[in-house]
Amino acid sequence: MSEQKLRVGLFVTCLVDLMRPRIGFSAIKLLESADCEVVVPSSQTCCGQPAYNSGDRKSAQAVARKVIAEFRGCDYLVSPSGSCAGMIRAHYAELFSEFPEQRAEVDRLAARTHELTSFLVDVAGMAAVPGTFNGAVTYHDCCSGLRELGVKAQPRALLGRVAGLSLNEMGTPEYCCGFDGTFAVKYGEISARIADRKCDDIAATGADAVVLGDLGCMLNIEGRLQRRGDSKTKVYHVAEVLAGIDDD
Amino acid sequence: MNAPVSGFKARAHDKLNDAKLQRAMKNFNLAAARTRGVADLENLEDIRTAAASIRDHSLARLDLWLERFEQEATRRGTQVHWAETHEDINRIVIDIARRTGVRKIIKSKSMVSEESHLNAALEAEGLEVVETDLGEYIVQLAGETPSHIIAPAIHKSRDDVADLFVKHHGTPRKTDIGELTMEARKFLREHFMSGEMGISGGNFLIAETGSLFLVTNEGNGRMTTTLPRIHVAITGVEKVVPTLEDVSCILRVLTRSATGQSISNYVTLNTGPKRPGDTDGPEEMHVIIVDAGRTGLLGTDMQEALRCIRCGACMNHCPVYQNIGGHAYGWVYPGPIGSVLTPNFIGLENAIDLPNAATLCNQCGVVCPVKIPLPELMRKLRERQVDRGLRPWQERVGLRLWAWAAQRPGVYALLTRLAARAGKFFGGAGRTIHRLPGNGWTEGRDLPAPAGKTFRELYASRKRP
Repeated sequence: MSEQKLRVGLFVTCLVDLMRPRIGFSAIKLLESADCEVVVPSSQTCCGQPAYNSGDRKSAQAVARKVIAEFRGCDYLVSPSGSCAGMIRAHYAELFSEFPEQRAEVDRLAARTHELTSFLVDVAGMAAVPGTFNGAVTYHDCCSGLRELGVKAQPRALLGRVAGLSLNEMGTPEYCCGFDGTFAVKYGEISARIADRKCDDIAATGADAVVLGDLGCMLNIEGRLQRRGDSKTKVYHVAEVLAGIDDD
Repeated sequence: MNAPVSGFKARAHDKLNDAKLQRAMKNFNLAAARTRGVADLENLEDIRTAAASIRDHSLARLDLWLERFEQEATRRGTQVHWAETHEDINRIVIDIARRTGVRKIIKSKSMVSEESHLNAALEAEGLEVVETDLGEYIVQLAGETPSHIIAPAIHKSRDDVADLFVKHHGTPRKTDIGELTMEARKFLREHFMSGEMGISGGNFLIAETGSLFLVTNEGNGRMTTTLPRIHVAITGVEKVVPTLEDVSCILRVLTRSATGQSISNYVTLNTGPKRPGDTDGPEEMHVIIVDAGRTGLLGTDMQEALRCIRCGACMNHCPVYQNIGGHAYGWVYPGPIGSVLTPNFIGLENAIDLPNAATLCNQCGVVCPVKIPLPELMRKLRERQVDRGLRPWQERVGLRLWAWAAQRPGVYALLTRLAARAGKFFGGAGRTIHRLPGNGWTEGRDLPAPAGKTFRELYASRKRP
C-alpha cells in the first residue's frame, strides 16, 4: 500500500559546499521530513552559472554536462538555491541549443529540477516543518528564484508553519540585492550600493533576521550589514530556519 | 561618433559619490508610476505579448513596411530621406536648412539626434538651435546631454534649474516648480513663434497611412511640428509599424510603462505638409529614416532589441541605473537597453563594461512592454566578448582553470577544502574577512568567512559507518 518514496538528488551548490555546509544538511533534513529519499551525488561541484554569466559558454557546457550525468538516476534534482535551480531549469536548454541531440535529456532534467521550498510545497506537499524560531523575520525574494521559477508564495507558506516565527514584509522584497555573482566582484562599489538599499529596507522592518533562499545573496547582504556595523540583524537561509537553527 | 565609452567604472564611482545626483535619483520613481499605471489592465500580459508580436512582425518584413511607408508618405507630400550613418542625418538636415534659408531651428525630443550630435553640427553651420522639451531645454542650457531617454533632466535638482534660469534668462531667482515652468513656457513661446524649422523625433512611422506618430506630454511636440514652415522628423528604421490598429495596441503599454499614464497628454499624427486650404501646418514635411547600425541587428540573435519602443521602463526599474544615473553609461541610451544597443551601435570593443555592468536581476525583462529579453541579450554580448578575446586575460584564465577543476571532483574537493580552511583562518574570531586584495567584493562590504570544512567532506564523513 505504501507509496514509493520520491528519490531526490540534492544539488548542494558550490557556495553551500564551500561556505555554509549547514544549509546542505538543513536541506537534507527537510527533504527527509517530507518523506523523500535523498541522494547526494558525491562528484558534484557547480552548475556552470559563473561561466555562463561571464560569457564562457564552453566552460559552462562542460560543467553542465557533468550535472546532467550526475542526476540521471534521480526522480528530481532539488537545490537550496533559486539561482542554481534557475540555471538548470531556465537556461540549460539555451546553453545546449547548438546540440539538438542533447535537447531531450536537457529538457528532462530541467523539468525535474526544483528550488528547495518550491519542491517541498508544490511537489512533496510538505505539511509540517521541524524548525522553531522565536522572533520576527523578513523575507528577501532572490531574483532568479522569483523571476525565473516563480518562487514567492512557497517559502512564505513554509515559514508560516515555523512555530514562534512572525513575518514582517519589507517594502520591496523583490528588489535585487546587487549580488549576481561576478558582478559583485567586478563592480563591487555599485553592487555594495545596491545592497545598501536592501539593508535599509530590512532595517526598517525591525525584524530580528532576514531570511532568503540563495547563499550568494546571503553573503552579500550579511557582508554589507556587517560593514554598516549592524551585527544585530541575523541572515539565514530559509532551509536553516525551516529545519531549525540550533540543529547540527 | 563611435568613440569608445571607456571609463564606466570611474564615472560610476563619481556618480555614486555625487551627493546632488544621489538625492535626485532617490526622488526619481517612475517605476512606482508604472506600477500604478498598469494596475487597471487586467490583461497586461496579453497586451505585452501582442505588442511584442506586432514589433516582431514589423521587423520580420522591415523592407516591405518601410517601402510602404515611403510610398504612402510621399503620396501625401512628405519627403522621405534615408540616413545610413549618423553623418548622413546631419548632412540631410543641414542641406534642408540651407536650401530653405532657415536660420533658427526649434526641436522637440529626439534621441536619434543625440546619436549624431546634431545640435553641435547645426551650430557649427551657424544655425541657432533651441530644445523645447522642458527637460531637454534644461539640459541644453546646462551644456549637457540627456541622462534618461524620456526624463532627460532627471539628474537635475530644482535648485540647479533655478540657477540655470537666472543665468540664461536674466530673471529673478525662483524655486517654485510651477513658477519655474511658467518662466520656461514664456521663453519657449517666443522660440516657437520665431522658429523656422522644427525638428522632432518619431515614436512610430505608420506604413498604411505614411504618418508620423508622436507621443508627448508638454505640447511642444505639436508646436514644433506645426508652427515652423519646415518640419523634419528623425527616427530609426525600426520604428515602422504596419497599421494604426497596431500602434493603438502598442500605445496602451507604451505610456503606462513610461510614466504610468493610460495615454499621454498629446498623441499626434502628422501626415504630410500643409495642403491647399489648410490653415496651418508646415510648408514642407521631411522624415529622415536612420539606420546607423540598426539593420545590422536584423536576422541576428540581437534582433529582439529592435522591438524597443523607448519607454524607459527598463532603466526606471534597474538597480544599477537607479544608483548611477544615465551619464555613467557614457553614450546616448542608458540602462539595460543602452547596455544592449550601445555595443551593437558603436562596437562591442567600444563598450566593454556595459553588458557586464548589470546584475541580471531581470526586473527590466519583466517590465519591458515588448518583452525584450534584456538580460539574455546582455549575456549574449558577454559571450561575444569572450569569443572575440575582449575580456581581460586574468578573467579568461581564471574561468578556464575554474572550469577545469570543476570537471574534476578530486581536484575540486582538494581546492575547496584548502579554500574553506584558509577562509576560516583569515576570518579569525569574528568569522569575517574584511579585505580581499584585488577583489571588488570588499570595496563596500565584508565577506562572511567559510565554516572551515566543505559540505562534501562533512557529508562523506557522516555517511561513513
